[in-house]
Amino acid sequence: MVSWSNTARGINRSNPTLPLDLPLVIAILMILMLSMVVIYSAGGESTALLTRQSLRIAFALVLMLLFSRISPQTLMRWSPYVYGLGLVLLFAVLGFGFIGKGAQRWIDLGLFRFQPAEIMKLAVPMMVAWIMTRSTLPPRIPYLVVSICVVLLPTTLVVLQPDLGTAILIASTGVIVIFLAGIGWKLILGVFVALGAFAPLLWYFVLHPYQQRRILTLFDPWADPLGAGYHTIQSIIAIGSGGVHGKGWLGGTQSQLEFIPERSTDFIFAVYAEEFGLVGVFLLLSLYLFLVFRGLMIAFYARGTYSRLLAGSLSLTFFLYVFVNIGMVSGILPVVGIPLPLISYGGTSMVTLMVGFGMLMSIHSDKRSLSR
Amino acid sequence: MIPVRNYLLESRIIHNRIVLTFGIVVVLSLILVLRIGYLQINQHSRFYELAQDNRVDLVPLPPVRGLIYDRNGVVLAQNFRVYNLEILPDQVDNMDQLLDQLGQLVELTDEDLERFRTLLRRRPSFERQTLRANLSEREASRLAVNLHRYQGAELKARLQRNYTQGDLTAHAVGYVGRISADDLEQIDNDKYRGLEYIGRSGIEAYYESTLLGKSGYERVETNAHGKVIRSLEQIASDAGKTIHLSLDTPLQRKSIEALDGYEGSVVAIEPATGDVLAFASVPSYDPNPFVNGISKKAYAELRASERRPLLNRSLYGRYAPGSTIKGFMSLVGMDNGVNHDNSIFCGGFYRLPGHRHRYRDWKKSGHGTMDGHNAIVQSCDVYYYRLAKQLGIDQMHEGMSRYGFGKPSGIDLLGEPSGLMPSKKWKREARGQPWYPGETIITGIGQGYMLVTPLQLAAATATLANRGKQVVPRFLTAVENPQSQTREDLPPTVNGYIETRNSEAYDRVIDAMRDVVHGKKGTARRIGKDIRYQMAGKTGTAQVKSIAQNETYREEETEKRFRDHSLFIGFAPLEDPQIAIAVIIEHGGSGSRTAAPIARKLIDYYLLERLKLFPEVDEEQELAARGNNSREPG
Repeated sequence: MVSWSNTARGINRSNPTLPLDLPLVIAILMILMLSMVVIYSAGGESTALLTRQSLRIAFALVLMLLFSRISPQTLMRWSPYVYGLGLVLLFAVLGFGFIGKGAQRWIDLGLFRFQPAEIMKLAVPMMVAWIMTRSTLPPRIPYLVVSICVVLLPTTLVVLQPDLGTAILIASTGVIVIFLAGIGWKLILGVFVALGAFAPLLWYFVLHPYQQRRILTLFDPWADPLGAGYHTIQSIIAIGSGGVHGKGWLGGTQSQLEFIPERSTDFIFAVYAEEFGLVGVFLLLSLYLFLVFRGLMIAFYARGTYSRLLAGSLSLTFFLYVFVNIGMVSGILPVVGIPLPLISYGGTSMVTLMVGFGMLMSIHSDKRSLSR
Repeated sequence: MIPVRNYLLESRIIHNRIVLTFGIVVVLSLILVLRIGYLQINQHSRFYELAQDNRVDLVPLPPVRGLIYDRNGVVLAQNFRVYNLEILPDQVDNMDQLLDQLGQLVELTDEDLERFRTLLRRRPSFERQTLRANLSEREASRLAVNLHRYQGAELKARLQRNYTQGDLTAHAVGYVGRISADDLEQIDNDKYRGLEYIGRSGIEAYYESTLLGKSGYERVETNAHGKVIRSLEQIASDAGKTIHLSLDTPLQRKSIEALDGYEGSVVAIEPATGDVLAFASVPSYDPNPFVNGISKKAYAELRASERRPLLNRSLYGRYAPGSTIKGFMSLVGMDNGVNHDNSIFCGGFYRLPGHRHRYRDWKKSGHGTMDGHNAIVQSCDVYYYRLAKQLGIDQMHEGMSRYGFGKPSGIDLLGEPSGLMPSKKWKREARGQPWYPGETIITGIGQGYMLVTPLQLAAATATLANRGKQVVPRFLTAVENPQSQTREDLPPTVNGYIETRNSEAYDRVIDAMRDVVHGKKGTARRIGKDIRYQMAGKTGTAQVKSIAQNETYREEETEKRFRDHSLFIGFAPLEDPQIAIAVIIEHGGSGSRTAAPIARKLIDYYLLERLKLFPEVDEEQELAARGNNSREPG
């Protein structure tokens, strides 16, 4: 095994008075600026849309700053409580849902609404990382079992909402922590075999018919071009027609003429790719990759198991967002409702992501204060 | 037991995993880049085309269907703007509720609803369907105000075909109908883009391509909901050609009135041009309900009617011609060397040598000595029994075929039957039986297998009036381009001249047919009274039921459906024929009593009132008429 040095160049260069990681902040701001540009185009040049999104970004940035000041130790202490609160809210939402005879994901607080499932995207990795700190690494079996339960419980509740996309993300955050904690390869293999066996059950008993259709459509979207395949076909056409240089800002016909469904939210990547082409895609992917790389670096140099695991999970989950969204929009993954991180219109996932980045920065500055 | 923590090992584990996951991240990113690159580089041109197609939509600009006029410039078929209430089924959430609500705004009959529901079941749900056509101004405006509240309901202005003369011209002009699913498989869909109607019968069907016009289109940029953003290019449609028909609507009306109460047909032709002046089949029907799809009930009634109004008798009716063919038989005889002046003796019946069967003459006591002339005038059957025997069926077949019997006349209508002029060959092929000599005999008086259509009879009469010049009967006389206002008048189509070896044959036969009307012993002498012009004619009485050898036919005792058909052919004026006519009255009894007076009435009307010929003998009036009204025969 390679031994990794605890010090690295570049990690300490940021402004010492602010607990912010400058490269991270710059990359985030650049992506957010791109987001404004694309949303203006995708939203039919609506300034109202832009204003609302700006407010959300501002709010999210404030939250990021706030969380960047909360030390990892505090986060670790909070972990069980946050997780517990999340579970209660999930049960509550599910209960309201049954009463309201329909899918229910929101809790309305009057001023704003939020999805308890979003809390879980942060609470699950926090909780699993917390459990892992109780164990020696690689994690021992009892801790593993508890961790898996901790992951499965909220995942199941979210699946019941039903919100498959979020459920997958929540499960992934926990699984990533377990993986980073060094779970043995034999166990990983075992899990894959078990999943393989479990898949048919999942298919028949968990997935809704519309979800099954989406997965089937993935293999041949043209089989049902006006039905289940419509989203995928239209977004693939948009991406492909963009070519290397794109059709130019506001010039994407697929986007401007409303052929792309949900073009300012889940399918916004198609709009971006159509108007900015492969060049734009490279730029965006580079920014994303930089963010992930930076996050993983912070995880790498973080102090303590909890910080490392949490930072790693947050960075990788962010990448998972990117991969699943672009994969779905470009037709290599089934259509699940996952927005393109930091670009898609909407506040919920933005807030979660920014809080996550806040935590990353806190972990980063915690490491730095130690090295002082 | 608390295990000893190996911090170094633990951090090494996590570090390794982080590096590993970063590797995975890089690989997955590469997959994304490859996928996007594949779409944007390799498949770029394909998707670029698809995106272009996506936004550009062709909106058809349907052409206006050509108008149809009669010979006097009276419009027979036109298009007028109507407001229809149309439903887009796939945009309607609750059809029953919508129909209920719309029913409060406009009147929806059970028939409307039934027809609409049938369409809903049969047609795809994305296709718009007409719930009610022909809304009144009030209904249309009431709908226009309220319609925004009903998703999936639309008020559409459309051009609808309308037949101004209704049942008067139904059998000639025909009608258009909605393009059906079956049509769609046969027609060139590009030509019918945006069109709803197609010619179904009559002139509308025959001249479909002329009346149709050319579809234009507008290229528009649309969004995914099909909403037009802006127009990119517009290619105007070419309106269908205006068609001028030979029909004389007043004569047509007179013909239909004259046949009122009967089932029958009148076909009148202008001999020189072949122009069909009247093409009446009674009873008729109103073609207008067919345009938007006649209701099942109304259609069933029309079909079930014993009088068969949907049958175009003039074109499809096949009748035994009876004695009307005697003039033509004489022509065939003279052509084959029969001396018109030779006499035979008519004793009331004819017997084939060696046979006992009596072929009876209509006149029981017989006509006595008969030459060719008198045989026509008095319609002597025995003369023609003998003539038929002398000629033989095959020679009759050959000769009569020249006058168009057993062959389609070539008129511009679809599906014209050929009638039947029997021959030995025909019977062998069609029936698989030999020809019997007795069948030749009765064919001589237009009975037996021989069948003609009223149109064939009129066309043959016109040929006779032309003294052998055979002109193809026609409806279409001129085609006009409504855009350029250019009009093309079509010359008559002359099929040829039917020569006879006896150069006097036509004159002799026409002379005899003149005496049918004007002679003292003519079978139609009754119509020759008070006549201001000279005409030629021939009566016919076609047996519907064969009468046993020992039976006598008494009309009043015979059930109507077994009563004889009454026929008459004729043309006038003799010296310069303007009209040739065939009248057939089903079960009308003898030709002289029913068909002949109708023919006279119609010829009178046409010559005296329509053409203003033969004014009453008053010199001043005559001079005035010549100056202003007389029509030079063409």
